[in-house]
Amino acid sequence: MSVTVEIPSPMRDLTDGQTRVAAEGATVAAVLADVVTRYPGLRAKLYDGDKLRHYINILVNDEDVRYLDDLDTVVNDGVVVALIPAVAGG
Amino acid sequence: MATSQAEFTIGLQCKLCGKIYPKSPVNFCTDDFGPLEVVYDYPAIRANVSRAQIEARPRTMWRYRELLPLDGEPTVGPQVGGTPLIRADRLAKELGVSKLWIKNDAVNFPTLSFKDRVVSVALSKAREFGFKTVGCASTGNLANSVAANAAQAGLEAYVFVPSDLERAKILNTSVYGAKVIAVHGTYDEVNRLCTQVAFKFNWGFVNINLRPFYAEGSKTMGFEIAEDLGWRFPQHVIAPMAGGSLIGKIHKSFEELYKVGLVNEAPRTKMYGAQATGCNPITDAVKTGRDRHKPVRKPNTICKSLAIGDPADGYFSKNLIHTTGGWADDVTDDEIVEGMLLLARTEGIFAETAGGVTIAVARKLLAENRLPRDEEIVLCITGNGLKTQDALEDAVEKPALIKPSLDAFLEVFSGGDMGLAKSYGPAVLV
Ligand SMILES: Cc1ncc(COP(=O)(O)O)c(C=O)c1O
Ligand SMILES: [Zn+2]
Repeated sequence: MSVTVEIPSPMRDLTDGQTRVAAEGATVAAVLADVVTRYPGLRAKLYDGDKLRHYINILVNDEDVRYLDDLDTVVNDGVVVALIPAVAGG
Repeated sequence: MATSQAEFTIGLQCKLCGKIYPKSPVNFCTDDFGPLEVVYDYPAIRANVSRAQIEARPRTMWRYRELLPLDGEPTVGPQVGGTPLIRADRLAKELGVSKLWIKNDAVNFPTLSFKDRVVSVALSKAREFGFKTVGCASTGNLANSVAANAAQAGLEAYVFVPSDLERAKILNTSVYGAKVIAVHGTYDEVNRLCTQVAFKFNWGFVNINLRPFYAEGSKTMGFEIAEDLGWRFPQHVIAPMAGGSLIGKIHKSFEELYKVGLVNEAPRTKMYGAQATGCNPITDAVKTGRDRHKPVRKPNTICKSLAIGDPADGYFSKNLIHTTGGWADDVTDDEIVEGMLLLARTEGIFAETAGGVTIAVARKLLAENRLPRDEEIVLCITGNGLKTQDALEDAVEKPALIKPSLDAFLEVFSGGDMGLAKSYGPAVLV
């Protein structure tokens, strides 16, 4: 599947300033793996070793994947996967 | 050796990677988006504090000012804190435990919840940073506190709340002249909106860009508990959790008292967290052992003050509960009401729904043998029942309505103890 990944401003220096980048993959996990292959600088921001960092929220078409199947959430052609720093709080 | 208040606070540090940032209104690490926490120069503080010096100061949270992140004197909320720690023997008897205390922030000044502690730090800091407008996303108590303390400080306040909040919590915000924005949505949606507002406007949002400073205020609840126990720590503390910050800061306060030499023995206190079953992301993570909490999309509980579905400090509070050897549990709306009534009828304390959660969870943990009956337990009551009266609408008896005559009274009086009246002899007063 071809999807669009939205990059938040604190990560854009690692995607040559691009706000949106293209990626491939059947699940959210696969899409993220593809993104960090294309933009290796993002790996350290998104992953701690093999694990996705705690303070990044992932939205598929505006829906937080934690309400779906998390990283196993299936993505269809053309969806928007947004990476959002979870910075605020109660 | 540092000797001035400003030098006791070094800066902010990422809780994930340890990177240090200067004291500024930022709340996340640009490397990994981890939350930032205030770091202190503990050796310098240790050389500059003593029990005698603290005890000689007024009984407010600011008697522990060396361990709070201001550069100067507090200018907002100078009289916050200093709430009673009471020995709760009648409640202890009901619960079947031997040593029980209640830390009663239902009577914290000025807005009757522990939130005045965090807000006085946040708004004093907001003034140091030069903000003229402040704001917050709130489940109610924070809204009240930001509005009142901003009024006292002469700051403009924008307060964002979920639109289904209790009437009293909204009125208790508007009265102070704050601009209240009621958002159709959950707290988490309100919070996300506020993050966007905070990035666009140069305002001091107490629980967003001022959050590292704000959160430190909760430590004073723990400082007071330890001082009132005679400069030592209880074996067990139960605290209600929404974002999961308070419980962590109470424990941090114990560690700090030890680090700066005010208490000689390291804390071994077990921390227990309490939530409502209708919004239990943290207790669920503790009980199931999952690494990341699963957010609750649509919280559904009478305890609106704790209804945060995606808690910012969920991860840290869960870890704290595990590492200290405590536990966590959640209770239903009926149990919450029972908890409120039990506290009111044994100790004469009218706590809000969050207090009902804490009492009911204590009872549940005891029943599950998660909490020993013969050790020292402190229950944290964090808000006042006058603000959540809706929750008790059907739970308390309506008053007996009678004519102003003795006969009418005798008709409803169902033969209880007549007390002293008997000793006056036969009907002398009639
Ligand atoms: C009455 C009351 N108790 C406890 C809490 C929980 O605090 P925290 O968000 O730090 O976990 C809140 C938070 O809104 C509250 O209003
Ligand atoms: Zn970091």
